[in-house]
Amino acid sequence: MRIELDINGETRELEVEPRTTLLDCLRDQMQLTGAHAGCEHGVCGACTVLFDGVAVRACLIFAPQAQGSKITTIEGVTPGPGEMSVIQDAFCETHGMQCGYCTPAMVLVAHALLVDNPNPTREQIVDAISGNICRCTGYAQIIDAIALAAERLRGANRPVEQRV
Amino acid sequence: MKAAPFEYSRAADIDEACAWLAADENARIIAGGQTLVPMMAMRLARPTRLVDINRIAGLSYIRADGDAIAIGATTRQCDLERDALVARDLPLMAKAIPWIGHAATRARGTIGGSLSNADPAAEQALMAVTLDAVLNYREAGKTAEIKARDFFIGPMVTALPAAACLTGVRYPVWRGKIGIGFHEVNARRSDFAFVSAAVQVELGADGMCKRIAIGVGAATDFPMRLDSAEAQLTGTMLDAAAVKDAVTQALADIEAMDDLHASAAYRKRVAVSLACRAVADARASALGEKIHAH
Repeated sequence: MRIELDINGETRELEVEPRTTLLDCLRDQMQLTGAHAGCEHGVCGACTVLFDGVAVRACLIFAPQAQGSKITTIEGVTPGPGEMSVIQDAFCETHGMQCGYCTPAMVLVAHALLVDNPNPTREQIVDAISGNICRCTGYAQIIDAIALAAERLRGANRPVEQRV
Repeated sequence: MKAAPFEYSRAADIDEACAWLAADENARIIAGGQTLVPMMAMRLARPTRLVDINRIAGLSYIRADGDAIAIGATTRQCDLERDALVARDLPLMAKAIPWIGHAATRARGTIGGSLSNADPAAEQALMAVTLDAVLNYREAGKTAEIKARDFFIGPMVTALPAAACLTGVRYPVWRGKIGIGFHEVNARRSDFAFVSAAVQVELGADGMCKRIAIGVGAATDFPMRLDSAEAQLTGTMLDAAAVKDAVTQALADIEAMDDLHASAAYRKRVAVSLACRAVADARASALGEKIHAH
């Protein structure tokens, strides 16, 4: 069946089988492989994308259900080609990643959190990433990364809604 | 981990959804899909058709309705989590919601989906039973209702007719000196409960228990109420020893579930402890006392 999605600001029309998950659709048809396929049943969080601005699991949504929605993947958060967002920079600086498998999802979860709450407590950061499994870092540096990004974004000379 | 092929229909209204269900006994409703999709990925579920009710107008709402709060079937858990009316009038549900999955699954999962799925460990099923919710559904052009206590009849089994679609749920609001308590034991907060307990009390001006509801989830095939304990404790000061006695007796003969994660004996023992803690918390919160973390 035909669906139309707004992906990273671009309207795309696609032909999908109903059983295609949003994740497979992004990876196989759009080559947006930053959304990672981990467990494919909603446990690991590696496939997290923003669905109308909210962090969701792309493996738990069938592509036809996303008809007309605005999807943001990790490829869509950078300010320009070859550049990194404030959140991505913070992950680099605090060593908030090792193998990188969970990282795009962690960045997007952080993105959704900081749009909603520019000044999260450590507990709120932990809660926000609690649905995302990282087998390398032990999470501490990821929490540091999000706290650092929050601090920098709060200091950004832009209106709140344009900071992240 | 790929679902088997199926047909997909986006229902424009509830009667169209029911018609699709009536036409094919292997058709299933999909709302948030946060349980159904993984079950399909693992091929534990193989519906021939998914009927998507997400876009049916007027099925997502939270509103005051007389002495109750009415919630639409496709209302997402994250909307309940942030709702001021739920926080004020359904404090027990507000307390339990953070225990439902993760933020990312609460962003999609719906209250109607959770209730229809009837997982014995589901917090929303326990809320519905504990708060004496009434579920509304539509079938063949007619509207009907069923009490939560009659709705759950087995693990993942409900009394909802095969071609019916849940439309909403009503939760009676308790007024007065109300207190609540909720406790759950699981491997991680977002995981399935091994046992959960939910309590709501209304105390009189003198601190005496005027009304109490004690629910236990995940221990048995579907959430249960401790009726005998409620009867025994109404009119008392909810003294700890009396609570323990009443709860222990009420749980003495349950057939607790037994699996790799938690044995039946463990579930039974933990159910007693959690129910006692939840009663103590409910009493303390009704009295305005600080609740100590356990």
